[in-house]
Amino acid sequence: MRTPSGVGLSRWLEAELAAALFAVDPIGLGGIVVRAQAGPVRDAWAGILRSLLPDMPLRRLPLNVGDDRLLGGVDLAASLAAGRPIADTGFLAEADGGIVLLPMAERLPAALAARLGSVLDSGGVLLERDGLALRTPSRFGIVAFDEGLAEEERPPPALRDRLAFGIDLDAIPLRDTEERGASPEQIAEARDRLHDIVVGDALLDALSAASLALGIGSFRAPLFALRACRAAAALFGRSVATGEDAALAARLVFSHRATILPQAETPDAEPESTAEDPEKAEDSSQPDRATGMLEDVVLAAAQAAIPPGLLATLSAGRVRTRTDAFGRSGARVHTLKRGRPAGVRRGKPGGGAKLNLIETLRAAAPWQPLRRSEREVAGAVTGRRIEVRRDDFRITRFRQQTETTTIFVVDASGSSAFHRLAEVKGAVELLLADCYVRRDRVALIAFRGSSAELVLPPTRALARAKRNLAGLPGGGQTPLASGIDAALALSDAVQRSGRMPAIVLMTDARANTTRAGTTDRVVAAAESLSAARLMRARGTMAILVDTSPRSRPEAAALAEAMGARYVPLPHAGSATLSAAVKGSVEEARQGSAR
Amino acid sequence: MAAHFPFSAIVGQEEMKLALLVAAIDPTVGGVLIFGDRGTGKSTGVRGLAALLPKMRAVIGCRYNCDPGANGSLCEECRVRSAQGALDSRLVPVPVVDLPLGATEDRVVGALDLERALTRGEKAFEPGLLARAHRGFLYIDEANLLEDHLVDLLLDVAASGENVVEREGLSVRHPARFVLIGSGNPEEGELRPQLLDRFGLSVEIRTPTDLPTRIEVVRRRDAFERDPHAFIELWQKKDATLRRRVAAARARLSTVNVTDAALKRASELCMRLGTDGLRGELTLIRAARAFASLEGDDSVTDEHLKKMAAPALRHRLRRDPLDESGSSVRVERAVAEHFA
Repeated sequence: MRTPSGVGLSRWLEAELAAALFAVDPIGLGGIVVRAQAGPVRDAWAGILRSLLPDMPLRRLPLNVGDDRLLGGVDLAASLAAGRPIADTGFLAEADGGIVLLPMAERLPAALAARLGSVLDSGGVLLERDGLALRTPSRFGIVAFDEGLAEEERPPPALRDRLAFGIDLDAIPLRDTEERGASPEQIAEARDRLHDIVVGDALLDALSAASLALGIGSFRAPLFALRACRAAAALFGRSVATGEDAALAARLVFSHRATILPQAETPDAEPESTAEDPEKAEDSSQPDRATGMLEDVVLAAAQAAIPPGLLATLSAGRVRTRTDAFGRSGARVHTLKRGRPAGVRRGKPGGGAKLNLIETLRAAAPWQPLRRSEREVAGAVTGRRIEVRRDDFRITRFRQQTETTTIFVVDASGSSAFHRLAEVKGAVELLLADCYVRRDRVALIAFRGSSAELVLPPTRALARAKRNLAGLPGGGQTPLASGIDAALALSDAVQRSGRMPAIVLMTDARANTTRAGTTDRVVAAAESLSAARLMRARGTMAILVDTSPRSRPEAAALAEAMGARYVPLPHAGSATLSAAVKGSVEEARQGSAR
Repeated sequence: MAAHFPFSAIVGQEEMKLALLVAAIDPTVGGVLIFGDRGTGKSTGVRGLAALLPKMRAVIGCRYNCDPGANGSLCEECRVRSAQGALDSRLVPVPVVDLPLGATEDRVVGALDLERALTRGEKAFEPGLLARAHRGFLYIDEANLLEDHLVDLLLDVAASGENVVEREGLSVRHPARFVLIGSGNPEEGELRPQLLDRFGLSVEIRTPTDLPTRIEVVRRRDAFERDPHAFIELWQKKDATLRRRVAAARARLSTVNVTDAALKRASELCMRLGTDGLRGELTLIRAARAFASLEGDDSVTDEHLKKMAAPALRHRLRRDPLDESGSSVRVERAVAEHFA
């Protein structure tokens, strides 16, 4: 196989190389995040990966897997047949020596990501469930298919950190997908060579320096790059890794993790660097010239693969919502039906309640000799090994999902800003403190000028929320409809992730800018009313806070159309505003929590 | 599961290492919480500690690893047996028990032994993780993802030092004194204040940003991954030295003098910071004493208090969630003013 150069690499060749390197060391590299919609390109890529790993089983892990199947537990049928608990190995133990495929990884719950992470870290499954305590070694690689559309729809960071590569197939046209990569025989040979590959100190230093220069904190990144470097050298038939291997490794491992752009060579050219930037750049000043040059090569390779525009949004500290990306229809998740197990209690199964077999057997066990002798006395002989009665039934309780994401939609237009943007900011701050107590998430959308902007994606990091809020500029037109659209789109995304959205819209309802960005009061008002009605149709919980000095009928009408609670605030300070919203949110929560 | 990265080979992360050692020297300090960035070696520290700890003496045949020397805290079985004569004991490694995510309540507190109950009709107690962790460490990775009902159980047992099981017709109580070690990433969610308070020390772990340190971390980790056994052997001496220091510090602990002046200094510092309750003061003093013992000093000085102030107090400040400066900075500032 020809050695590709690190910089001028087509996206498809890059994806193919990622598959090949992963195939050489699937367990050491942890896995690949594949950003791609389901389709022929992704299928072609998956086909290549499969052909490179003929001896490794590929298994799909569904997102809704329960702990009993994932980690293991008691085998229901076998236990009942045997009359004693029989262990059932879970998915994670069964996947040993294979590849786990994760479809829709962008929706992977944090709890599942943490369980996968602990297996990847420790090389085994630790089971402490249903009276069983087992340690089963298990090592596998993960291919996580990230089908997210919007920028913030991504697999959990805890998982991404533990998978070496990230590739993006979405931009690749189908005609580019001809196969030019390695053969399974080459992979097998490379695997044999892998352990003896030498990576010099200069390469190690360069990879460490490059990861630092790209603002990557986690040590897993340089370590993965080292492994990738070895895999690349093995694949290309070298016994000593070269700068080219390192460049390829950096490209595949670092480019999707980068959080800052490395500093330019000229120190005075610092147009808009963030606060922590300069010191990091200083630290990476090279003591050694050779290492410095190598680092440049490695850095250039990683940088070449950084998706255009990604760092622009990152360095601005904010990510724009792509409203169109959210509008996907489809079945909405009924959030209240989901939840995490919260203990066991006596009760009748059925009606949605799940029988907990092991606890039921436990409850029944002490009575067995008594019941047996009872039966013998009664003369009834049955073949049943265990006699379970209604009193023994134990069901698993589930805690209802009550986590709320409060979406603040702030009108930062001139008219509103003039009145009381400062007060609104103050009130949101107080509400944020309140959200902290309830451990809710908050998100912040601001609209002004010609569009709405997601200032803060849903987060629990309240200090960040406060900072972004404080830096929120005011002034300009009032694109109210765009603001409502953005709120609705975000609330859909929140709902899809299994949380309950609550919208707090703060505006004076003086819409004057249409979705198209033109100034037309009549059209703008009509548009915002129709957007509001859409919100009502979705049944999203909302509160409209009228921020104009005197309460206005337009705002009340808008609230009515939204199905929102209307809170006029004549001469109110931050504290009053906060109290009013807090009360409404509480009420709505209780109302919707059934 | 396989070999663990040696504790003494961990580059930097001094605060975490010190906090873990202090908790190992004086378990009454009450646990360590390690919060910080991903991929910085939180788990590595805890696993390394397990291999480092000197062995402990435990009663042979006791399911709770009772200490033959501690008459007051024996389990019921051992109490009965000790009345009949001296208990036989042996040296065992200090348990470092993982509480994995997805663990069920029955395995945490212990429950009726189902197999014995069903096959032999016996009512026997099968001890859980809390029993196994007695006299050792209970480690919760991703502590903030732990289910709430398990957190409640832990809080109760950690506070009382005794596990009381009343279920399935069983009524069992056994000693369960363990050092709670939690780790997590703050981005995954906050910890409940009650659980936060249970940890004596809290450590914030940051990813180092200077290149030489980072290169050294990567180099050592890579060497370990390529040949764990050779690497461990390389560091065995250092680990052994540290183990001896911990053992010596433990033996010396009760002789370390805490002067009235030091007590006063600690109280004043807590007052200045406005920490809630007495727990902060107590922890600060104990941690400073353990640290002094580790250093081989005879009495607690300002230097010891200064060093332990941040880990002992930073999670006890009345939180202002919107305060950007963070509690570490507040403690640092107060320490600088107080000991000026």
